[in-house]
Amino acid sequence: MDDLLTIAGTSYASRLLVGTGKYKDFAQTREAIVASGAQIVTVAIRRTNIGQDPNTPSLLDALPPSEFTYLPNTAGCYSADDAVRTLRLARELLDDHRLVKLEVLGDPHTLFPNMPETLKAAATLVKEGFQVMVYCADDPIQAKMLEDIGCVAVMPLASLIGSGMGVLNPWNVQLVRDAVKVPVLLDAGVGTASDAAIAMELGCDGVLMNTAIALAQDPVRMAGAMKKGVEAGREAFLAGRMPKKFYTASPSSPTSGLIGS
Amino acid sequence: MSAQAASTSLFLTINGEARAFAAPASVASLLDEMGLTGKRLAVERNGEIVPKGLHATTALATGDRLEIVVAVGGG
Repeated sequence: MDDLLTIAGTSYASRLLVGTGKYKDFAQTREAIVASGAQIVTVAIRRTNIGQDPNTPSLLDALPPSEFTYLPNTAGCYSADDAVRTLRLARELLDDHRLVKLEVLGDPHTLFPNMPETLKAAATLVKEGFQVMVYCADDPIQAKMLEDIGCVAVMPLASLIGSGMGVLNPWNVQLVRDAVKVPVLLDAGVGTASDAAIAMELGCDGVLMNTAIALAQDPVRMAGAMKKGVEAGREAFLAGRMPKKFYTASPSSPTSGLIGS
Repeated sequence: MSAQAASTSLFLTINGEARAFAAPASVASLLDEMGLTGKRLAVERNGEIVPKGLHATTALATGDRLEIVVAVGGG
């Protein structure tokens, strides 16, 4: 059986979602994203540069929406109102596209989510027919609130956005996983392939990352490594790891038949 | 500025910048003048989305605040 990730009724073979920021150029963006195998890519919504040559290549040329599922985000928004406005523009921009990534930030130093504003924006967006995937704190109570509002996926942070610090609180990630039925995607903080594997071994349904790939020395190679990390972690989760034995060692080789015995 | 010039110019705020255009203008004619016709973008006028299908028939008035956005790389 295929092991697919289903979000809002659509199934995806890849459990790795990637951002499209911080790359050297659009050619590298595309090459890395293809190497990652990701099918869902996040994009930001920004004012057009007035006065810029309108024929400058755009992200949509490098990554046609026919080839990838776009996930417009609200990065940089610090209030529910700004986030909702941004996603209404995204929906218009992408021809009534409904699947979105909500993030309402609390402060520019930590980029930690402002959960009261996030909950408020989520309620408005769900009411307006958006399919909301939501960046949130690794808090099982608020994750459940977001599910109850109607969000289609919750996305707790592993550690601060862009920090590469990895999964700092695996216990909370598991609590979130146990608290909700919708997919849990670990968002933000992954630094290298083992972090992605750990996230998947904890039972996450997917991982979303950008900086760990874009700022690697060789982004295309790291994209491939992340693909394997996510796949290995998922397989290990499904295989079911052996129980940890904290006080007793257990030899892997026979204990009898040793020479001289 | 003469009274006539004032009556034939539109003073708009586009993406936070003050800009003047010849009146009358619609969202579609404004985009055309800016070289943006056919580009993948979205327009908000005074806080409300202007759907693509209404660009040609949405007239602009002095004082309008417009946001014109595109998709860019982001995480």
